Amino acid sequence: MKTKIISTLLGLICVPVILPLTLLVLGSMTGAEEWRGILAADVIRPILLPTYPTLAPLVEILMDTPEFFHMFWNSCRIAFPAVAGQILVGAPAAWALSRMRFAGRGAVESLYITLMLLPFQVTMVSGYLMLDRLALIDTHWAVILPGIFSPFAVFLMTRGFAGISEELIEAARIDGAGAVRIFISVGLPLGLPGVLSAAVLGFLEHWSMIEQPMTFLKSPGLWPISLFTPIFTAESAGPGFAAALLIAAPPLLLFLYGQHDLERGIAAAGLKE
Amino acid sequence: MTSLTGTALFILFPLLDAVKRSFFTAMGGRFTGLRAYAEVFANKAFQLAAANTARFTLVCIPLLFVVSLGLALAVFAAADKAEIVKTGLLIPMAIPAASMIAVWRLLFADSGIINGITGAATDWFAAPYAFPVLVGTYLWKNLGYNLLLWLAGLYGIPAARFEAAMIDGANGFQRLLFITLPSLRPQIFTIAALSLVNSFKVFREAYLLGGNYPDDNIYLLQHLWSHWFASLDIDLLCAAAAVLAIALFAAIGVLRVTLREAT
Repeated sequence: MKTKIISTLLGLICVPVILPLTLLVLGSMTGAEEWRGILAADVIRPILLPTYPTLAPLVEILMDTPEFFHMFWNSCRIAFPAVAGQILVGAPAAWALSRMRFAGRGAVESLYITLMLLPFQVTMVSGYLMLDRLALIDTHWAVILPGIFSPFAVFLMTRGFAGISEELIEAARIDGAGAVRIFISVGLPLGLPGVLSAAVLGFLEHWSMIEQPMTFLKSPGLWPISLFTPIFTAESAGPGFAAALLIAAPPLLLFLYGQHDLERGIAAAGLKE
Repeated sequence: MTSLTGTALFILFPLLDAVKRSFFTAMGGRFTGLRAYAEVFANKAFQLAAANTARFTLVCIPLLFVVSLGLALAVFAAADKAEIVKTGLLIPMAIPAASMIAVWRLLFADSGIINGITGAATDWFAAPYAFPVLVGTYLWKNLGYNLLLWLAGLYGIPAARFEAAMIDGANGFQRLLFITLPSLRPQIFTIAALSLVNSFKVFREAYLLGGNYPDDNIYLLQHLWSHWFASLDIDLLCAAAAVLAIALFAAIGVLRVTLREAT
């Protein structure tokens, strides 16, 4: 009985969370004709249910809006290398931080946590000047390179690796495995939730990035999809929603696909202090 | 090591460079000592932005803390039936700000859905509502993440402890107060730190909803920095950045010490 009440309450809490997503889908299925009716009336109808559901807005974005594709592709060109780099560079560092006992290890970990907290704007000017000196401003590398060295990814993976029991590693060592071998054959498979959740969250971060591309990319031709802002009129509302839905699709799919590991990875992040 | 070098190069070095720059004039590099700091603190826009950012952080983080802890306890009590809640609440985090803006406009615009339901003509992006709307956006986005962090702690509490307490005759409330909450202490630092990281990210929503000059209530430090960046007030920008960095270091330090002393 008591659990039933709690379940119902929890179900209710999910409504405001899921509602916006539903609106996103519904909005992208509402045609221009109907949007005109909705927006012309002083007040939008309480519930946005298209009387004549249509895929026209989606088709319009997919077929007739080349800049949408261009920006979508730009996002891919930023997010994928950045995430790959985060893992390649960050995983060994996280492993070292969680496993090896060296002088100043605690200090290094604190440093990562503190740097993780800094908002982008704090280092914006100096970052800009340095990237400028490297002649990287107005190239995708200006966004990718700093992204690769995200302290957050290292933090998340460190916590993931920290949960691996020391006995297992000891056993591998006795069997004659070297440091690299232990990392690849024991650390990576067992710390996978941490690594994967760092990858998923890293992808999300780069996919929705706004400040960095706005500051470091001058030519609109290089802009990622996160800077795509449709105007909200009757003609463009449908396609605007369709675009919003398509922008959300890759991270959403990734989330649902990697959900199990993501949940375990985030949970691991909370476990050790 | 590569990672540390890279992080140092792209974050630590710029931070130190920003601190250095705050002591010099923007052009010409004349040493000015603390003049930029004095100017920053006297600046009306800075006072507004800093107050707003502080207010936002101080409202959001405790709120998120309490709400997500309550939810986590509920999910924990409901056991397996609540799996769907975890997934459901995590979804908002996956939706990029750029996508959510369309929905937020539809919900909160002058002729938006919420005004449609209530029949009022409230301007949700102006005072006094802009701030709560931004707080709501933050909660909406981060609830699932914090829920998972709390749950990890809850699942880590040995069941034997609860059983022992029950045998000793502790009621539900006593178990919560004397077993559950103290056992969650290790989570607090991580949750606070991650909530803080995410609280700076609401700038995206604030920017996409309100543009460069949003309502005075949600004019954040990030807006101010963008303006100073555009107008090349580099020394001011760097001084303000240094102030924030110091404030953050201090906050983290205080949190660390209090939590360590408490345990």
